[in-house]
Amino acid sequence: MSRLNARRGVAGIACVIALALCAALSLTFGARSVSFSEIYGGLFGQGALAMGELVVRERIPRTVFGLIAGAALGMSGALMQAVTRNPLADPGILGVNTGAALFVVSGIAFFKISTLNQYMAFALAGASVSAVFVYFVGSLGRGGATPIKLALAGAATSAALSSLISAVLLPRASQMDSFRFWQSGGIGGSTWAGIKTVSPLFLLGAAIAIFACDSLNALALGDDVASGLGVHTGRSRLLGASAGVLLCGATTAIAGPIGFVGLMMPHVARMVAGPDLKWVLPLSSAGGAVMLLGADIAGRLLGRPGEIDAGLVTAFVGAPALIVIAMRSKVRSL
Amino acid sequence: MESVLAVREASVGYGGSPVVKGVDFCIPSGQISVLIGANACGKSTLLKAMARLLKPTSGEITLNGTRIDKISTKALARQLGLLPQTPIAPEGITVSELVGRGRFPHRSFLRGFTKEDYTAVAESMDSMKVSDLADRSVDELSGGQRQRVWIAMALAQRTDILLLDEPTTYLDVAHQIEILDMLTQLNRSRGTTIVMVLHEVNLAARYADHLFAMRDGKLAASGSPEKIFTESLVKDVFSLESVVSPDPVSGMPMMFPRGRYHSESILRKNI
Repeated sequence: MSRLNARRGVAGIACVIALALCAALSLTFGARSVSFSEIYGGLFGQGALAMGELVVRERIPRTVFGLIAGAALGMSGALMQAVTRNPLADPGILGVNTGAALFVVSGIAFFKISTLNQYMAFALAGASVSAVFVYFVGSLGRGGATPIKLALAGAATSAALSSLISAVLLPRASQMDSFRFWQSGGIGGSTWAGIKTVSPLFLLGAAIAIFACDSLNALALGDDVASGLGVHTGRSRLLGASAGVLLCGATTAIAGPIGFVGLMMPHVARMVAGPDLKWVLPLSSAGGAVMLLGADIAGRLLGRPGEIDAGLVTAFVGAPALIVIAMRSKVRSL
Repeated sequence: MESVLAVREASVGYGGSPVVKGVDFCIPSGQISVLIGANACGKSTLLKAMARLLKPTSGEITLNGTRIDKISTKALARQLGLLPQTPIAPEGITVSELVGRGRFPHRSFLRGFTKEDYTAVAESMDSMKVSDLADRSVDELSGGQRQRVWIAMALAQRTDILLLDEPTTYLDVAHQIEILDMLTQLNRSRGTTIVMVLHEVNLAARYADHLFAMRDGKLAASGSPEKIFTESLVKDVFSLESVVSPDPVSGMPMMFPRGRYHSESILRKNI
């Protein structure tokens, strides 16, 4: 067995252990810490529950959602980076986050949306519309949708959409609050309903990603090589991007925009396992889940007696990581 | 099976006016064909069109009589391999992994690597002499090694025809010869039809069975180097005064440019 395969195996096992550990910690820690027997009671108890057991039960959906959302963001980032061949791409790159945000804000402001499904529908619609728009603008001109043009179109669109968001929000002070709650990005408000809404979309996105995996691997060698290998470059990009949009859009709808998970984890996965997406996708999903849950736990502990949103914690960890990634000389176009 | 690649009255461009203007020829199968010509004469564009990276604006390109855009991309990729000018090696990819990606057109969804895939990868690495590098990261390799790895990737596709766009660019002279020798070996031992664009005309004349000389998007001449590679062709295609004489090693024609400052000895001899 080669050293690379050994490293991949170890990474896989480490991920499983880290996931279990994070899940356990997530049930244990918070504004109120609980004992092991209370965790057991909370997980498996019937009938009337003691206070600590109730706390644990409250934390279950949050933990489950954290795992799904983190995995979705990690995988989405790996897909976006593969599609745009841009190592600094994250789900924000195709304007997905800002598109989702603009639609949700407009929904709150003009259509008085308030339920989960409405948020989801608006966010997904916004994410798709902006992704399609960015893809369309990025494919204008010679050479089709090249990574650089996509990244530029994404950045420009994001900037434009952000100012639209401000334009919608500023005159509506009362609605700022409900948006602010959404925008800070956290998994504190997770419910079983949210998990039920997000799971099918997560599964669909993951399935598309697995399907597109081989062609995206070929696409990593450059468009010309990929075409020479018989890949429909446009179609594969579209598949990869729609999986990414689905994964990220669904998560964003419920948790709000959470940055840096999708940016960082694919890099970590590639450092450990090399550039093969068959390894990068599962590893960066697992890593994303660990990172988001870890950030959530840290936020609960640091913010006592209140909480700090997971999105703020990932930003604190992720911003320096981004600088390191940008400075590492080995990072170049994928 | 012999595959015949033919270009029929094809014009190719990037929108705007065509770069290749109504070119018509057939690639001789089982031989080494080399496209030569000045910068921007359309030779790379033509090669791209033959690989279906560009669609002719008029005319057609056929493989065994079928238009190549009517063949499914994967089926075409099993018959026609391509090594473009600037392939991208993802950071940290190992040599065997990169060569393995050449198996894409032979693989199907969710099926792992088959025995045939492994054999093809091993043989390709063998014929390009990169087997000892299998577990090395492509980033660490020298230019010559890297180019051999890329050719091995294209070989793993197991195609009858191999198109290469300037496979020796950026290599020093020893590595240029090494690559061209390996391609010749491949042609002689397996009968692979090789079509490549080369900048270095003397190497083109040395290694080609068949030369295609292009000027302004049109075919200026084609045929064996002995027949067509002459002073008047060089003047015609490159607008360059030169002397062409048999090279002392292979006896193939070799071109010596006159230039403005180094023609005295020749002049003196001629007097």
